[in-house]
Amino acid sequence: MDAIKVENFKKRFGAKIVHRDINLSVAQGQCVGLIGGSGSGKSVILRSLIGLEKADEGRIMIEGEDITHYNERELIPLRKKVAYVFQGGALFDSMSVEANLAYPLIEHTSLSPRHIHEKIKKTLSNFGLQGSEKIMPAALSGGMQKRVGLARAIIMEPKIILYDEPTAGLDPFNTRKIQEKILELKKGGVTSILVTHDMPTAFAVCDRMILIVDGHIVAEGTRTQLENQKGSIMEKFITGEAY
Amino acid sequence: MINGITNTVGSLIIRFLSFVGGVTYLAQEMWSHLWRRPFYPALIVEQMYQIGVRSLSLVSATAFSTGAVMALQFGFGLERFGGKYYVPKVVALSLVRELGPVFTSLMLAGRIGAGITAEIGSMNVTQQIDAIRALGTSPIKKIVIPRVLGCLIVLPLLTVIANFIGILASLFICQAELGLDPLFFYQKVVYTVVLTDFVVGVAKTLFFAAFISLVGCYYGMRTVGGTQGVGIATTKSVVTSSILIVTSDFALTKLFWIFEKWTQ
Repeated sequence: MDAIKVENFKKRFGAKIVHRDINLSVAQGQCVGLIGGSGSGKSVILRSLIGLEKADEGRIMIEGEDITHYNERELIPLRKKVAYVFQGGALFDSMSVEANLAYPLIEHTSLSPRHIHEKIKKTLSNFGLQGSEKIMPAALSGGMQKRVGLARAIIMEPKIILYDEPTAGLDPFNTRKIQEKILELKKGGVTSILVTHDMPTAFAVCDRMILIVDGHIVAEGTRTQLENQKGSIMEKFITGEAY
Repeated sequence: MINGITNTVGSLIIRFLSFVGGVTYLAQEMWSHLWRRPFYPALIVEQMYQIGVRSLSLVSATAFSTGAVMALQFGFGLERFGGKYYVPKVVALSLVRELGPVFTSLMLAGRIGAGITAEIGSMNVTQQIDAIRALGTSPIKKIVIPRVLGCLIVLPLLTVIANFIGILASLFICQAELGLDPLFFYQKVVYTVVLTDFVVGVAKTLFFAAFISLVGCYYGMRTVGGTQGVGIATTKSVVTSSILIVTSDFALTKLFWIFEKWTQ
């Protein structure tokens, strides 16, 4: 059974049609890269997978469960097992790093404050962020904010992670740190979709890549398949000759 | 020319209906979430502090100034007709029934309405509202309910304080400028202002509190377009809630007046 399956997905905002007919599936434990030009609607697909956007037509299945028409209340159990890593981290700026990480644990678990504190400490240490518990998000660098955002997303140990440009605007050191973390999570059996423009990261972590142009999937394949398609639209996109 | 006018009027009507529909939908969502677990009493208490305690100085200054100015104006005006002894009655009634609730609400629309919209708007454009949803929690419960309930609880209390300070200010002015005896002032106020006057004034503030908080949340939740969008939403929120307070005041006054007549 596919962990994620999207069938005949259509989405429009007002008069603008963003997606005409998207079909994709991601197997358990696989990492799929969604690539395409800016404004091609990659993030819209990602947001729809967790119910932040509603499909106009089509079907979205997560671990065999049709979530297309779920309301906010019905989506809560899904959002405990599917994590979303926002492009800018989307940390709560009125809360410290520790409070940001504690947020899902307080809401969805019955862990004691001591256990929550220990879990946060361990998670931050895994991300090279030890000692940053009391710091407010505004005082963190962009790379640290993204890492805290990723730490908050995985603290509930989700089965599926949706990454929205996790390495955008980062320096090589922070990019490598994020790549390592994505690979580590993948090794642990986490299914993921990665929206990115950062092709080295996509090649480093994705099993398969999907290119979206004008609301359609125009190319799809593994790294080897893509490298063998000389002159294809995917190659042109990667080399910057087309988008 | 006619087409242009029709388009403008049509667009205004659509925007108005969209606003009414949006706020009504938000109120209905809030109502349905209000009775479901989990509850966040700590967030409500925090908002009560933010809205109430931190607005106290502004509300006190406004009430003191209003009471003092009214005592002066009525004092000098009525003195010409030998009616300065009516000043305590007129000032106390005006403050308790009308000016206390309206001025306090207008001050809060500026301070709290703007604050609510700017805060939620900033959260919206930085995807923090999406993050609340993505983490399996409800922005209605976490953001809207604490602010609306906080405002509904605190605004009537602030109005009571404002009424008291306003009457106290007019007492000082009546004694210092008009030479009225403080005991005489006290007796006239106590004799004139009955419980119904007090209740009518405070009851109005429940409507005003709902306007300020719901409109603030509505515009905050709809904010788009970065920091500029936050500024635009904040301005809209303050203007809309102020207009709602001023215009609904007449309707509410008339409504309560009919109700008072009916119950007598």
